[in-house]
Amino acid sequence: MAEDEKMPGDDLTGIETTGHEWDGITELDNPLPRWWLWIFYASIIWSIGYMIFMPAWPAPPGFDGHTRGLRNHSERANVAVAMSELDARRGPMFAELQRVVDEGGVTAILDDGDLLNFTLAAGRSAFGDNCATCHGVGGGGTIGYPNLRDDDWIWGGSYDAIRHTIVAGIRWEDHPETRFSQMPAFGRDGLLSRQEISAVTDYVMTLSSLTVSADADLALGREIFDTQCASCHMADGRGDTSQGAPNLTNNIWLYGGSREQIQASIHRGPYGAMPAWENRLPEPVITALAAYVYLLGGGETLASIEEASLAAPLAGQQTGQPG
Amino acid sequence: MTAVAAGKKTGFDYNAMAVLVICIAGAVWALLAAAIGADAAMRTHAWLILAGFLAGIAILTGVYSNGGIDVDKREYNESIVRYGVIASMFWAIVGMLVGVIIASQLAWPTVFQFEAFPELNFGRLRPVHTSGVIFAFGGNVLIATSFYVVQRTSRVRLAGGVWPWFVFWGYQFFIVVAATGYLLGITQSKEYAEPEWYADIWLTLVWVAYLLVFLVTLARRKEPHIYVANWFYLAFIVTIALLHLINNLAMPADWFGSRSYSAFAGVQDAMTQWWYGHNAVGFFLTAGFLGIMYYFIPKRAERPVFSYRLSIVHFWALIFIYIWAGPHHLHYTALPEWTQTLGMTFSIMLLMPSWGGMINGLMTLSGAWDKLRTDPVIRMLVVSVAFYGMATFEGPVMGIRAVNSLSHYTDWTIGHVHSGALGWVGFISFGAIYCLVPWLWKRKSMFSRALIEWHFWLATLGILLYITSMWVSGIMQGLMWRAYNELGFLEYSFIETVEAMQPYYIIRAAGGLLYLAGALLMAWNVYKTIRGDVADVEEVAAQQTLQKPAE
Repeated sequence: MAEDEKMPGDDLTGIETTGHEWDGITELDNPLPRWWLWIFYASIIWSIGYMIFMPAWPAPPGFDGHTRGLRNHSERANVAVAMSELDARRGPMFAELQRVVDEGGVTAILDDGDLLNFTLAAGRSAFGDNCATCHGVGGGGTIGYPNLRDDDWIWGGSYDAIRHTIVAGIRWEDHPETRFSQMPAFGRDGLLSRQEISAVTDYVMTLSSLTVSADADLALGREIFDTQCASCHMADGRGDTSQGAPNLTNNIWLYGGSREQIQASIHRGPYGAMPAWENRLPEPVITALAAYVYLLGGGETLASIEEASLAAPLAGQQTGQPG
Repeated sequence: MTAVAAGKKTGFDYNAMAVLVICIAGAVWALLAAAIGADAAMRTHAWLILAGFLAGIAILTGVYSNGGIDVDKREYNESIVRYGVIASMFWAIVGMLVGVIIASQLAWPTVFQFEAFPELNFGRLRPVHTSGVIFAFGGNVLIATSFYVVQRTSRVRLAGGVWPWFVFWGYQFFIVVAATGYLLGITQSKEYAEPEWYADIWLTLVWVAYLLVFLVTLARRKEPHIYVANWFYLAFIVTIALLHLINNLAMPADWFGSRSYSAFAGVQDAMTQWWYGHNAVGFFLTAGFLGIMYYFIPKRAERPVFSYRLSIVHFWALIFIYIWAGPHHLHYTALPEWTQTLGMTFSIMLLMPSWGGMINGLMTLSGAWDKLRTDPVIRMLVVSVAFYGMATFEGPVMGIRAVNSLSHYTDWTIGHVHSGALGWVGFISFGAIYCLVPWLWKRKSMFSRALIEWHFWLATLGILLYITSMWVSGIMQGLMWRAYNELGFLEYSFIETVEAMQPYYIIRAAGGLLYLAGALLMAWNVYKTIRGDVADVEEVAAQQTLQKPAE
């Protein structure tokens, strides 16, 4: 400002402008607000301090990669510590769960309140993150994804059967021991005519005591059922868990129980798959998960399975009263 | 330049030839890609690209058979700014409408699932929304205002003859190519840089032309100094060029295909992407729009800028510090911890440089605070600066690792982005357009001041609903994710946290709808003003002077 001591001023504030003007805009010569400047300096000083204490700068080759900082802080080390703490906290209970199940069977969990709480918490957590996407948060299932809360089991509802299903999956070709069976697509592949599928649909509905129209050809339906379906679903329609053939007599339908839905299932031969969880979840978690699913309400004990198979021939006589 | 009789038109010159060659080359490539493209999406997309280049050739032929481009040095080029204003309004509506649709998809996923149109699922529409509002709406506002401001504050006509028009139409073409690509599933999966290699090359061409037009205009200025708004515009143009080039370095899998391999992999790719992503916010959405602020606030308030010294110091501090802060997007990831430290500390040092712009914007009003009451446009500009201050405070806070461990991956981030996008970027753009429309079309004022008031209050309410619902849902989400029960297991499964957010998603969609409604009122108001209909002519701010460029 040597040559021009007096800059034009602003009438309202009395502050000088810089003397330039662009399209009518001028600029006042106000100083930097002090509070602004001091906070700016403070944030720089704080940042330098933080950089001194924490890993902050890359170092030239031969100098260990980067500065470590006075605290030698490492988030990776912190994670490892946190994980081992969690393991230390949960590990003994997981081991206890495995021991109790191995020695006394899954129902032995019920005798130990703490263990039961732990199993339910572990199972619920694993179920929520891995299974709920298909089976629902509470395990209630939806069309195509079985309800795990009832006592109807496609591949068996004993603890061992449930655990095997979780380990190996269903129709999961990457696992050698996966549960596998395939229902023919009777309609799509032309194995049965439309009329035959219609008849067998009506017959299957009668197995669950559903109302069918008066002109349904149940005799033809039964004949087709006996030749085409009975080898898996059994002559009485009660299914076979060793082949994953659902019970057709209890009015529980994986792919929907309306006439259209049943007919569509016969037409296309559903091929539902479930991933194998072995190697995706740790062993103790699979155990907890199997126990949790078992304890959801419908788990079968050895005694209840025997009881059901004794009752079967009798019930079968009446063409499918739900058990 | 050939001297045409009238002395106002270019005639068919080398510039026109260059643009014509570009269009023909593009059309030939598109035709080949349509015929022998490596994938079905490419072959479909190529037809649209071909149509774009053919349209370019047709426009060029039409303009040059009519004598060429208008280059009268005694007039400002306001025509291109008019186009820019209309394009900005158009893309604002498109981008915000898509935003409301995807917000509704999140709130009611089964209702807004368009089974017959898989192109309209959330994953494809989301980049249409983000690119639509940031690059299409924001980009057009930046190009239009920068062309206006650089002419006025340099007192010289926009340089380059046909090239500003190439920038304008080329940029629209880029937007259409990018957005249709997203719908077809063509994406390189880099957030805010989704367009594939051929769209990237096209944008590079357009952007270099933009930079040259801006630089040559500045170089020919008739003012001794470069006005502060132009520093910010220039920083925006240069840095975006740099970011765009480096983040999009890739090798096409096929020269006629829609796939490419990035030059980066793993954590280097993540770092490059967020260096780009963060500075797109810093230089596109901050520096560029500060350029708008530095012209339109003093202009509308008719007050001098508060402090020249502050503008210098905060400009250079912002430019220097912003570029380091990207790693705060990758806290607690595979990114080395030292890099995270740098990102976090520079984010904190960034607070005051960001606030320098806010102080200069707000304090410029000193002596004119009464205009907040009387002029809804000033109110919009000032509230915009207030949101800018809020968002640039929230940003450094969220960049702190401990805070980030709660906020990262949650809706808090979405809320933060929208307080900046809707509050700062949206309002400053609306304010600038409300100033520009009467100036450009030589009207006494906007068609209706009442509609501006309605726009202001609808949009403000919309923003508040949006950001408060996202704060609540984001913090709730973060707390639910980290909640452990006493046995050491996660308290909530992921799907439970999703269910818990639905009410907030509905509030968010409502907020977005209000904001869109405001923009629709504005579009109507702009349309009526351009048509010359005058409803109320209560004058609220001075006319722009009909100044001419210096000879």
